[in-house]
Amino acid sequence: MNSGTQPLLEVNNLSKHFGAVRALDDFSMVIQPGEVVALAGDNGAGKTTLIKTISGVFRPSSGEVKLKGEPVSFATPQEARDKGIETIYQDLALADNLSIGANIFLGREPMTRKLGFIPVLDRKKMADAARDTMALLDFHVSRMEAPVSNFSGGQRQAVAIGRAVYWNAQILIMDEPTAALGVPEQRKVISLIHQLKKQGRGIIFISHNLQDIFAVSDRIIVLRRGVMAGERKISETTHDEVVKLMVGG
Amino acid sequence: MTSSQVNAPAEGEHVKPQADHADRAKTVVQRIADLRAWLFLAVLIIGFESWSRLSFGGTFIFNGFNLQSIAIFAVAPLLLATGQTFVIISGGIDLSMGFIMGLAAVVAAHAINTFTPGLGLPLAVLLGAIVAVAVACIPGVINGLLVSRLKVPPFIGTLGMFGVARGVAFLLAGGTTVPVSNSFFATIGNGRIFNVPYIVIITAIFVLGMHYLLGQTRFGQHNYAIGANVKAASRCGINIKSHLLRLYILSAACAGLAGVLYAARFNAGAAQAGEPLLLDSVAAVVIGGASLFGGSGTIIGTVAGAFVIAVIQYGLVFVNVEPFWQFISVGVVIIISVLIDQAQRRFSGGRQDE
Ligand SMILES: Nc1ncnc2c1ncn2[C@@H]1O[C@H](COP(=O)(O)OP(=O)(O)OP(=O)(O)O)[C@@H](O)[C@H]1O
Ligand SMILES: [Mg+2]
Repeated sequence: MNSGTQPLLEVNNLSKHFGAVRALDDFSMVIQPGEVVALAGDNGAGKTTLIKTISGVFRPSSGEVKLKGEPVSFATPQEARDKGIETIYQDLALADNLSIGANIFLGREPMTRKLGFIPVLDRKKMADAARDTMALLDFHVSRMEAPVSNFSGGQRQAVAIGRAVYWNAQILIMDEPTAALGVPEQRKVISLIHQLKKQGRGIIFISHNLQDIFAVSDRIIVLRRGVMAGERKISETTHDEVVKLMVGG
Repeated sequence: MTSSQVNAPAEGEHVKPQADHADRAKTVVQRIADLRAWLFLAVLIIGFESWSRLSFGGTFIFNGFNLQSIAIFAVAPLLLATGQTFVIISGGIDLSMGFIMGLAAVVAAHAINTFTPGLGLPLAVLLGAIVAVAVACIPGVINGLLVSRLKVPPFIGTLGMFGVARGVAFLLAGGTTVPVSNSFFATIGNGRIFNVPYIVIITAIFVLGMHYLLGQTRFGQHNYAIGANVKAASRCGINIKSHLLRLYILSAACAGLAGVLYAARFNAGAAQAGEPLLLDSVAAVVIGGASLFGGSGTIIGTVAGAFVIAVIQYGLVFVNVEPFWQFISVGVVIIISVLIDQAQRRFSGGRQDE
């Protein structure tokens, strides 16, 4: 196995058409382990369409997606998730009345036995896993039983990311993870992305905020009307150049 | 603004997230809100105790007969409220429970009368009770299908079933009450062991089981999640349709058991058995701390809520107040309870916005 150079994700000539609308046209990209790729582009450029086609929400009209060299085809987002591609949507999909641990395990709760025979939820395992996972993200919580409604926006984002990390997502896709947050919270999310990168995961994130993109990404891909308008290493480009690519100047 | 207390993130490679808000002590309002049903109960007991001592020089609460009567009083509303707690936590409501209870009472009476000659007393009761609860589950299945598959709002779907169950129960009863002739059934309904009525013991065991189901199992956990955020629950792979179906069957089964115990206590089945109890049961759940918006509530709270109502109803009779004051008192308690809930929501909402 050539695991040293094996890309985590390959997208080859992917297209998604809605009737006559070419929302995504002949798009290709590669993501290496530990790489953060930002997707930018004007409204309607096809960013959301791209991530939904990768994560099993849409079936591609043509083209292929390869995960660690294997061609994959997902009928549902659940299938993508089972293969380690997790999407974190802006609404985060948390049950606000439940603890971090309960949210991480929602739908797959661990059970244990009380008095040797009564099956009960294994709250200790959930709390321990939550604490470990959040520590892995450098996020320290002391009251593990508190419902996540008690946390701030950035902390809740961390919980959603923590859930993906616990279930061993190799590729995390985030659609505007910082859009709804205040400045300090945005910085927390940026630091979370740094942590994920250190762990060798691949990250795709959509953002309209160039500041964030330059703070955290390795590469930026600019989409325009469904096609790739350009791809740059962050270290080799500027805000001005990216804006020009977006508007097609 | 409390945000000024939060330290600015340190400069450096990465920002270390601050300690979470949940670390802060719960506010006094939240503590009161969590315990409100128990506070109401304590206030009521102290109030009736003082009243009783001042006006007749006797005790209210240290009287075994009173305790038994309150517990018997609480049986049916508590059983309904237990099922209702699950439904309300999921964000729904089951308005049909009162007449499902009546239906079960009538079916239990008929079934036990039918089985008694052939099967003997205890077996006829057991089988009759099973048939009654099973029949009660039929409207539960329909409620569940309406809400889960056909996306009928629970308020409307179960209101429809309220009418259907009511009509069927009266038809089966022939418009009258159905007496039961089975002495074993009468013993269960009115007998006691160590001064504790059997129906109270049965109810206590059942409610304990429901407490376990809500607090310690996946079903209970999913119920809370669905009440808070259906979309999140479904994205996490929880089968919402099958959960809702089982949920409404569960509430119907609770009403079914209430109907059977009613028939045992009165030695008769009556279609209107649960008619006045539905609103009491919703009140018990709300007083017990559940939110009608879904996502919160506990069986322990509901038990306290049901006893608040039972103590008000029995206590007012005991101190010789006109029975109409019951309605007023229960109404006032419901309103205070909801006001406390909203005050708490405002406070915790403020915390989130920081
Ligand atoms: N389900 C759909 N059916 C039909 N057309 C769609 C659908 N989803 C997206 N489109 C179209 O595809 C194009 C790309 O949309 P997309 O949502 O991917 O843009 P975006 O880059 O995410 O924009 P924004 O920045 O506003 O979120 C748009 O013209 C949009 O109208
Ligand atoms: Mg979009």
